[in-house]
Amino acid sequence: MTAPSPDGYIGRSVPRREDRRLLLGDGSYVADLVLPGMVHAAFARSQLAHARIVSVDFARAMDEPGAAFALGGAELAGEMPPIGGMQVTAPKGWADRVDHRITLPPQNLMASDRVRYVGEAFAVVCADSRYAAEDAVEAIDAEFEPLAAVVDPEAAASPGAEIVHPDIGTNAVAELYVEKGDVAAAMAAAPHRVRRRFRHHRYAAMPLECRGVAAEYDRRTDSLTVWSSTQVVHWVRKELAFALGMAEEKIRVLAPDVGGGFGGKGHVYPEDLIIPYLARRIGRPVRWVEDRHEHILNAAHSRDNIHDAEIGFDDTGRILAFRDDFIVDSGAYSPVGAGVAYNTTAHLLGPYHVDNFAGGTAVVVTNKTPNAPYRGAGRPEAVQVTERLMDIVADTLGMEPAEVRLRNMIGPERMPYEVGLPYRDGVPMTYDSGDYPASLRRAIEEIGGVEAFRERQDKARAEGRYLGLGLGCYTEGTGVGPFEGATVKVDASGKIVVSTGACPIGQGHETVFAQVTADAWKVPIEDVVVLLADTSTLTMGYGSIASRSTVTSSAAIGDASDKVKAKVLAVAAALLEASEADLELRDGKVAVKGVPEMSVTLREVAAAAAPGWLSRRPEGSEAGLEATSYYEPPTVTWAYASNAAIVEVEPDTGRVLVERYVEVHDAGRLVNPGLADGQVKGGLVQGLGGALYESIEYDEAGQLLTGSFADYLLPTAAETPPIEVVHMETPTPLNPLGVKGLGEGGAIAPPVVIANAVTDALKPFGVEFNTLPIRWQDVRAAFDPAE
Amino acid sequence: MKPPRFDYRAPQGLDEALDLLADSGPDARILAGGQSLVPALNFRLARPSVLIDINGVAELAGIDDQGDRVVIGAMTRQREIEVSEDVARAVPLLHEATRYVAHLPIRTRGTVGGSIANADPAAEDPAVAAALDATMVCRSRRGERRIAAGGFFVDVLTTALEPDEMLVAVEFPRIPSGAGAAFAEISRRDGDFALAGVAAQIALTNGRVTDARIAACGLGPAPLRFRNAEEILLDSACETEAIEAACDAVAASSDPHDDVHASAAYRRQLAAAMARRALNAAHTRAGVAA
Repeated sequence: MTAPSPDGYIGRSVPRREDRRLLLGDGSYVADLVLPGMVHAAFARSQLAHARIVSVDFARAMDEPGAAFALGGAELAGEMPPIGGMQVTAPKGWADRVDHRITLPPQNLMASDRVRYVGEAFAVVCADSRYAAEDAVEAIDAEFEPLAAVVDPEAAASPGAEIVHPDIGTNAVAELYVEKGDVAAAMAAAPHRVRRRFRHHRYAAMPLECRGVAAEYDRRTDSLTVWSSTQVVHWVRKELAFALGMAEEKIRVLAPDVGGGFGGKGHVYPEDLIIPYLARRIGRPVRWVEDRHEHILNAAHSRDNIHDAEIGFDDTGRILAFRDDFIVDSGAYSPVGAGVAYNTTAHLLGPYHVDNFAGGTAVVVTNKTPNAPYRGAGRPEAVQVTERLMDIVADTLGMEPAEVRLRNMIGPERMPYEVGLPYRDGVPMTYDSGDYPASLRRAIEEIGGVEAFRERQDKARAEGRYLGLGLGCYTEGTGVGPFEGATVKVDASGKIVVSTGACPIGQGHETVFAQVTADAWKVPIEDVVVLLADTSTLTMGYGSIASRSTVTSSAAIGDASDKVKAKVLAVAAALLEASEADLELRDGKVAVKGVPEMSVTLREVAAAAAPGWLSRRPEGSEAGLEATSYYEPPTVTWAYASNAAIVEVEPDTGRVLVERYVEVHDAGRLVNPGLADGQVKGGLVQGLGGALYESIEYDEAGQLLTGSFADYLLPTAAETPPIEVVHMETPTPLNPLGVKGLGEGGAIAPPVVIANAVTDALKPFGVEFNTLPIRWQDVRAAFDPAE
Repeated sequence: MKPPRFDYRAPQGLDEALDLLADSGPDARILAGGQSLVPALNFRLARPSVLIDINGVAELAGIDDQGDRVVIGAMTRQREIEVSEDVARAVPLLHEATRYVAHLPIRTRGTVGGSIANADPAAEDPAVAAALDATMVCRSRRGERRIAAGGFFVDVLTTALEPDEMLVAVEFPRIPSGAGAAFAEISRRDGDFALAGVAAQIALTNGRVTDARIAACGLGPAPLRFRNAEEILLDSACETEAIEAACDAVAASSDPHDDVHASAAYRRQLAAAMARRALNAAHTRAGVAA
């Protein structure tokens, strides 16, 4: 038991209440669900990148032992609407300020007339076991007429390219442009200009648990229960209600234990709708558990940008103008629209003051797996561009990279700082708090100082060893709206029961929200019950994406708690015959201030507030102790970080060894420092994976070349360098707790930090690493004299 | 990722296993440690009619130091090699290479015989067998054949084994006195298949090389033995020039492929780099041993 402390639970590394069940094997995931009469679904997925479907025949498939039901995409398209077009919003403040043309392609739940990427489902089979289902899928006779595969996003946007969605008529499905100042004039007038092309490759969320959906239909009540390994249960329910023509209240969507998500489970997928449809259609529970090969083929990929950037600066390293035009390879569909693409633009300026800026974006469809947010969600791409450019400016002027950054950074005295661009929520971007230069200085200090490193680097070079120092700074909008909901009640036992729309995927939400609630109510944390990821506990919720849950759910819990507490005080005042103003919450009781023996327990207050003959609530007040609040954040809060890493590269192999990695991270007040630290470190490892190992590769025909963990390389403990995270805690003024989001932060900077470090190590050879990932063979090639 | 249907047999003795193999036709597969076969089954790349599980055939496992050679039963787990002091002493090249085989859980199931019979070109055990010219003891109901490594590895995942034959043991020659062995490998991550791995064993007499053995994994369709590089080192004192010439020969004789992990040209560079590391280490150890 964690004793209540006078200082409360917030700010303490309270052990995760989730861990007991998980460590004892009592956790339960979608793949653990066994429902009476359940059948197992397997999807037939395209082996061609682009083809017309000529015919799909299930005769042989249905002859396979155990086969129960089969359905093709064409038939399903007649039953269910496409999934596209319902997930994206462009708030007014954004639409007015950003030039945009967006025509997103609708996505049928399964391909009906043409397949558009390797892995796209065109049929589904249900059978007595997954084994039998896969046998039946193999026995489907499908005929395809191949079409030219659109693989290169630049070629896709060129005239004459094969069109992926003929109804739209172009592969450039979205174009955005936003500007502040006069970038053309400022660029022309700048004493120095450099242009570079940057590529940020395709990689993806790889949670330990792949996706999965199970559904059961109750004919008596005409209702559905759906279990999905998702980050957005309410969103799934909303789309299901629309697609199936059912009332939301007839559908319950739950996420059981979820083994990671990282944004890859942060939107509604076709399978979230198809499996419940099948359960209703065939009248048996249906379970589909995505295997790893399917996950790599079909779950959303991410990143995959090409940037052409130009920066203008003066002799002192001061940035005068910055322009970036980039292409996002969206794959065949665009599940969350242009949101990720604009996220990139909005994060290009980072912690720097730049008067003249322009960002232009083309979102291009190709015959690849759809592109959607993965931890960082557009930010690693932006930060790669900006932070490589900072180093290139420094190199051009013969300055230290740290010096150029400090010269351009927004100081704490300028907070709050108006950036001059809208955020994707439509609100003008305003950095709310923090000390960016202090964060960078701290990172440099933790890594051992620039001067000491340069001495070491020189000495090593004399011995034929190559060390490099890489820096990387960023700002990160977190806690985005539109809203999050929470219901708070004191039940008859006197426990505080909290439900909110957050969907935990491993962060420790149950613990964090218990801390927040226990402090709000001044009760032992054991007296708080936290209910998450279940639509039956909350009418409207949003979900856990975009580093938002601690910010938005905590605020909703706080607001709903305030409403219920007012009621509790009113009832307690009646019971104690005292004035409300003289009462306080203390140790699970309501007590008269200064007279601790005059108190009532919350259980007694709940009994008094209950409706009925025994109620003792004040005249005229409503029965029950329950309230719901929907927190609508004014806009995002701005987290930020500075990173520093030292690498060594081996001349004979090009192998990159990360010696040390430091991140100084500011997410405002930390509710649970231990969990915060773990989250940031986990993100950093994913960022290092993106820098050096993880890459989704296609050949010219659009065939996926990295369809298993033998070829898609995740970093393991053996590849993880010593990582240190320093937490600065500058509370945001935007919410009552002063918290900012931190779910994504770690993953943002490592790709560019390692690129900068390797470029620094190879400075004698004059090679820049502007393409990710960093490949050892390219590092090795840098040591060879140019041909 | 579920295998297609197959029959399953679990013989308890070698004769029973060989009978099953002979009677099951060419589509039968032998299941040893399963570390390559089971993933291939799950990807439906392997579609055997019958799986003959020899994990219950006790007589196939064990390490037998016979003096001039060490006989390793086909079902001996790679982890047993890793912790065997006999192997460390008598066949140090195999012992060192085993540390590069995947990860502990995989070595705990994976077998020496399985790795060699599977003949993955990037696997370590076949490269060691090639370097030391180990003898493959193969049995069928028809009798026993002894095949030298040089004639055993044919191509990618292809060996000289007939469909009714089973690799039952591998005989590795004991390292001569005055010799040193070393294995050097580079892979994308710790435990991945080799981008390039080089096995080297050098014997010295009065500082001159009297025997040199160099082989590699990951650099061709089968484990490669580099006779030309060995010739260069013979009679030399392993001076830098000789080592560099041998490394160049290794690179030139390699036949690597392009894939998402590395270009063929880069693999050739790695071949030279790993050869340099292995030869220098083997030479140093030979000096210590002599």
